[in-house]
Amino acid sequence: MTDLLALDDVNVYYGPFHALRGNTLTVGEGEIVSLLGGNASGKSTTMKTILGLIKVKSGTVRFEGEDVTRASTRHRIKAGIASVPEARRVFPQMTVDENLLAGAYTRRDRVGITEDLERMRDYFPRLAERRRQEAGTLSGGEQQMLAFARALMSRPKLICMDEPTMGLSPKLVDQVLDEIVRINKELGVAVLFVEQQAELALSIASRGYVLATGEIVLKGTARELLDNPQIQEAYLGKAKKA
Amino acid sequence: MLDTLIAGLLRGNVYALGAVGISLVFGVMNVVNFAQFSFFGLGAMLAWFFITTLGLPFWLALPLVLVVCAALGLIINISVVRPLAKFLPLAAMLSTYAVSQILDNASQIAFTAQFRVFPPVLPNSNLHIGNMRFGTSDLVMLSTTAVVMLVMSLFLKYGKVGRAIRATSQDQEAALQMGIPVGLVQHVSFVIASALGGLAGVFIALYVGVANPASGLNIGLTAFVAATLGGLGSLVGAVIGGFVLGILEAFGIHFFGDTSRQIIIFVILIVVLIARPGGLLGKVPLISTEPLTGTFLGKGRPLRIPRWVWAAAFVVLGIVIPLLRNDYVLITGTQVLIYAIIAAGFTVTAGQAGVLALGQAGPIAIGAYMSAALTMQLHFSFWVALPVAGLCAAIVASILASPIWGVKGHYISIATLGLGITIVAVIQLIVPQGIYNIPVPQWFGTALTTPTAYYLIDFGVLVITLLVMWRIRRSHLGKVISSVGSDEVAALASGVRGRNYKALAFAISAFFAGIGGSLLAHQYTYIDPTIFTMLMSLLVVTIVIMGGVSLPYGAVVGAIILIGAMELLRFTPELRIIVYGLVLILVVRFRPGGILVRNS
Ligand SMILES: Nc1ncnc2c1ncn2[C@@H]1O[C@H](COP(=O)(O)OP(=O)(O)OP(=O)(O)O)[C@@H](O)[C@H]1O
Ligand SMILES: [Mg+2]
Repeated sequence: MTDLLALDDVNVYYGPFHALRGNTLTVGEGEIVSLLGGNASGKSTTMKTILGLIKVKSGTVRFEGEDVTRASTRHRIKAGIASVPEARRVFPQMTVDENLLAGAYTRRDRVGITEDLERMRDYFPRLAERRRQEAGTLSGGEQQMLAFARALMSRPKLICMDEPTMGLSPKLVDQVLDEIVRINKELGVAVLFVEQQAELALSIASRGYVLATGEIVLKGTARELLDNPQIQEAYLGKAKKA
Repeated sequence: MLDTLIAGLLRGNVYALGAVGISLVFGVMNVVNFAQFSFFGLGAMLAWFFITTLGLPFWLALPLVLVVCAALGLIINISVVRPLAKFLPLAAMLSTYAVSQILDNASQIAFTAQFRVFPPVLPNSNLHIGNMRFGTSDLVMLSTTAVVMLVMSLFLKYGKVGRAIRATSQDQEAALQMGIPVGLVQHVSFVIASALGGLAGVFIALYVGVANPASGLNIGLTAFVAATLGGLGSLVGAVIGGFVLGILEAFGIHFFGDTSRQIIIFVILIVVLIARPGGLLGKVPLISTEPLTGTFLGKGRPLRIPRWVWAAAFVVLGIVIPLLRNDYVLITGTQVLIYAIIAAGFTVTAGQAGVLALGQAGPIAIGAYMSAALTMQLHFSFWVALPVAGLCAAIVASILASPIWGVKGHYISIATLGLGITIVAVIQLIVPQGIYNIPVPQWFGTALTTPTAYYLIDFGVLVITLLVMWRIRRSHLGKVISSVGSDEVAALASGVRGRNYKALAFAISAFFAGIGGSLLAHQYTYIDPTIFTMLMSLLVVTIVIMGGVSLPYGAVVGAIILIGAMELLRFTPELRIIVYGLVLILVVRFRPGGILVRNS
């Protein structure tokens, strides 16, 4: 099986600052993969690199076998990568429907877009009720649903989610994780998501990568990572003796 | 009364068109676009040219104007604004200011500075309801605006690109992640804004019946205030702001006369910025992308200047040049010295406090008029009047500027620009005519009238200025001011009240501006308000940026290049301004720290 997304030895710089240090990462078709790491470890940078918002100094990014290292964001979205940005970032003064349409910006098939709009309303009934409401007035959880739906509007094969649970109450966090699993199962979309809380992330992911200061320092299946003493110490707050 | 209301509506109409353009561009790029201002003057001149010189009918001339303005707007965005907007929004704003000066003066070279009678293409007062008179022309203007606004709002609401424009202005980062081509969106916005500016320009010419290349700035500033009043970035707000301002202004002129215009506008601007910085309709954004913060501090380190260069410069400027006894060189040199004094004093504001004040002509004018008044009315000696004029400039400018220090980034620049214009407007209100026969300095009974004497006086003052500026830089106070400039938030966190130090820096700069003004007045022996123009302010800023915003001696180098060289090359005034503008753009683009500073 070829990987859906494959980063190979990717190096990224912000000016002189070496933000990603030779990282290799894959996401298989229909897989849920979690990207873990502390603050400023380069998680968002990885997501933006996959989206094509940041230039890669060396290394390759492949999507469905195609080399997209130098491709525009637009091209990548058309190819099937979508994004749920950090902190959701719905367009606050646009209605729910307009936000969804923004997610379909790279598409040209009007009929298909209208169909998908309907589908999203069925899929997220909460949004259907609020289609003419300005997104900025939605609750945090609703905004997160909208961000998911907006990403789905480009009919992606892979959604990159940057901390989708950020700033949500524990109850909503569970709901969002369930939603990710649902999107993955029902729509067959692969998900690469950033999460600070390793235990939660690994409860739904099949595999995970751990970033530290721009470098992937650990990787493995969810089980392996959960059992890894380093992870337990650093992320799960369990002391060594336990 | 009703007539005044109609006049207000028609003016407001123009401001609304302009304000929509300014707000649109601001929304998608976070840059206040001064270049937009020029399109008001340019639109009017182009229409005049197409109609009277080429003999085109109005219905053909109008779309042509729009096309030319749109194309120019696109070129400006591609070449100047977009490359800078990404990493230095304040520099981008400054560049658009330079572009606006270039356009105005290119237009002056092309069409001459005369006021042209705009052809009455549409009947002007052929209709009346009761005793209210208006014309087909007025109706056409108002309805065109209504149609334009309608089309715009439909486009923004339902058009794909229109929605992309809104998405970009609400959250550029998110728009990028949706694959929205933000660059294209910005180009489109610029094109629309420029065309709207051209349209507004044609309308204002139709309304007042004359066209003039230099008329854009005033209208532009008003349109900008309208956009701010409505809430920058909000298009509905821009329209409302435009009409509100037009009507207020019409009544202001009705009651207080034409000179009160600028004062009214500036007062409104300040009140809005302080009381409701988001404007009437501007919403506080959910995610603050900090569009309006950031200063223009030169990055990189200054080149090392060996000691002998200082000595050599002192000898050449202070001894060799006076010994040449060439009146032309000395007179030019005096100009250089005066600007060097003003600019060196300005470095503490622009460089250290990080406040790019765009209205230094204001305090310069205060100094000049004060000094003239003191020597002529109160018979002060020049030597006493000189520092007193500086003090007056510092005090008056500080009092007037005191409300603006709570305001941020771009807004401070614009507020100071408005301040400079207003000061000169007030002076014009008090002393409409020029002042003649300002006494020359005396030295123990002998009148110092020779160019050499002026030169030496100014050289002495410059040396003192540089020494003072140097002391300030190295003092504790100077360090605090610098810390405020480089990171206001951090400074605030450590208990430093940024606004007080900005105000203090501005007062110091105003003091030297006043000194410079006094020197100018006694050298010219004649002053009038037309000397203290926007151009003077632009020149001060350009000198400082060229030399390196925070280097007092850089100001001397900047003054030598920009004034000395221009004079010796005998450029015409229009050409000079174009060169200033180009220099400013090039320095900001390629050497943002100034020519004496190595890029980091
Ligand atoms: N535009 C930028 N310019 C310069 N440095 C940047 C830029 N964006 C991020 N960085 C730096 O790159 C590093 C990684 O940032 P990144 O946003 O990828 O971290 P992160 O893992 O997402 O952190 P967080 O958990 O806080 O979201 C940080 O040190 C950050 O300061
Ligand atoms: Mg992040």
